Amino acid sequence: MAGSAKTEKFDNKTIQWINDRLPVFSMMQDEYGKFPTPRNFNYFWNFGAIAMAMLGIMIVTGIFLAMHYVPTGSMAFESIERMSRDVNYGWLLRYAHMNGASFFFIAVYIHIFRGLFYGSYKKPRELIWIFGVVIMLLMMATAFMGYALPWSQMSGWGVTVITSLFSAVPLVGDGLVTWLWGGFSIDSPTLNRFYALHFLLPFVICAVVFVHVWALHVTGSNNPTGVEPKSEKDTIPFSPYYTTKDSFGTVVFLVLFMAMVFFAPLLLTEPDHFRQFDPMQTPSHIVPEWYFLPFYAILRAFTLDISIPFTHIVLLTAKLQGVLAMFGSILLLLFLPWIDTSPVRSARCRPIYKWCLMLLVVAMVALGYAGAKPPEGAAVWFGRAGTFYYFLHFLVIVPWLGKNEKTLPLPKSIHEEVED
Amino acid sequence: MDSTLKKGGNRRDFLYLTASAMGAVSVGSAVWPLVDSMNPAADTLAMASTEVDISKVEVGQAITAVWRGAPVFIRHRTAEEITSVRGDGWQHLRDPQKDEDRVKKAEWLIVKGVCTHLGCIPLGTKPGQPRGDFGGWFCPCHGSHYDISGRIRKGPAPKNLLVPTYEFVTDTLVRIG
Repeated sequence: MAGSAKTEKFDNKTIQWINDRLPVFSMMQDEYGKFPTPRNFNYFWNFGAIAMAMLGIMIVTGIFLAMHYVPTGSMAFESIERMSRDVNYGWLLRYAHMNGASFFFIAVYIHIFRGLFYGSYKKPRELIWIFGVVIMLLMMATAFMGYALPWSQMSGWGVTVITSLFSAVPLVGDGLVTWLWGGFSIDSPTLNRFYALHFLLPFVICAVVFVHVWALHVTGSNNPTGVEPKSEKDTIPFSPYYTTKDSFGTVVFLVLFMAMVFFAPLLLTEPDHFRQFDPMQTPSHIVPEWYFLPFYAILRAFTLDISIPFTHIVLLTAKLQGVLAMFGSILLLLFLPWIDTSPVRSARCRPIYKWCLMLLVVAMVALGYAGAKPPEGAAVWFGRAGTFYYFLHFLVIVPWLGKNEKTLPLPKSIHEEVED
Repeated sequence: MDSTLKKGGNRRDFLYLTASAMGAVSVGSAVWPLVDSMNPAADTLAMASTEVDISKVEVGQAITAVWRGAPVFIRHRTAEEITSVRGDGWQHLRDPQKDEDRVKKAEWLIVKGVCTHLGCIPLGTKPGQPRGDFGGWFCPCHGSHYDISGRIRKGPAPKNLLVPTYEFVTDTLVRIG
């Protein structure tokens, strides 16, 4: 890596001087210039770069919003209303940040789907995948706390519901919730600490993204065939091919994002998000943001306490089952490289796995629908079916397919697959 | 061969130029809202003028009003005070200004109560406060003396007390700013 004699010289003397002392420019050239990248990427591979762009946008808009926001119970809602009306372009900052969160999740969910479909989590890329799941968890925590900051009805009651979950922890549950709240109900102390953490976590995300990309640069990228590059004929330099392709994809994505920000900024927002938090009145319909809906549905899918038969001793309350299932559904992703035992990476060569993955997507949509509706009628069954399939997929189908699926023959190499 | 190469080169240059220009415009238009959001917001700008009722200010009295978060001295000057600052000699002051150019109505002196040295509030508005060697204001921080026209006469301050934009809405109501 660094330290070895670099025979490469830069034309610009200043750049050379800096590079001799801290090889940032030759590093950029190695990692983003010459870096040999599989030549057969499809547009699914754009979403990592798009996610990075969204992270940047969220941090920048967030910092400028932080210049006007007041994190106390009495002033938070008002400071955001003022920001949206009086601050120059405050409306733009707010809508970009609100909708930016949604688009960040869209990009990350598609990025994750790419990983699931093409087996990007398999050896030797397990650590990249693990860092990725950590990033997703951090994003979810950040988004949850961010949504609390306007201190609206939906903010306050959403926080109440989700933090109350921790009371399901046996023995220490209630103390834990009081500790989280900083009081006996959610109030200014809760809001203030959420603000501090919401400001901090994006920078933690940046650090994890850094190691995520670093680990990727050690192994090199996966590609749609799932077959590793064998020769120079299989790869092209990252710049200019993928710098331009990523830029193009990012621009298209940003066009859609801006269309939402300027023409439909409140499309995904609940009306109760525009009422100030009232601890004395619960809204009729507490709903999290769309990107949390599937996990919310999993949480609510469990309704039967598990107790020792013929006694009143409850082993696992329905609430605790729901909490364990919800967190479990995300944490099991960390183990996916070991759950999926198939020697074949890409779903292009795994016909049964491909259909099971499509079914998983359908299950996620069904769970999303169930999460959005009040827990009665058909929504309950969608939620239970979706939860059942989710865990069936990861805990039963995927390990079984790994050993028993008849896979299609692998392509000999990338360039032979591409040159038709 | 040469001409086709040159043609290709020109076209590429043109594309680079237009793409860079477009890029600069987009970056500028993306950055401007961020920068402008730091400028005073609409509610701050709304506090930019203050109306002051001066009907109760007697001759020889002075009050302090608040304008844009800073004090403004309004002194109802006596006839002797007015004569003392008019006449010749203004050309030799550190910040030469005629008293006539600093007031709209001779008996009403309206100046910002911030010392032009380093920003302290000079004394001399309230009864009993020292008014310095020239009968106007005295800044206790570093010893600047202002006369009854608010002009710097002695001490480290470089400029006269600032005369803000104001107008008499009526004889007893003045709008500052």
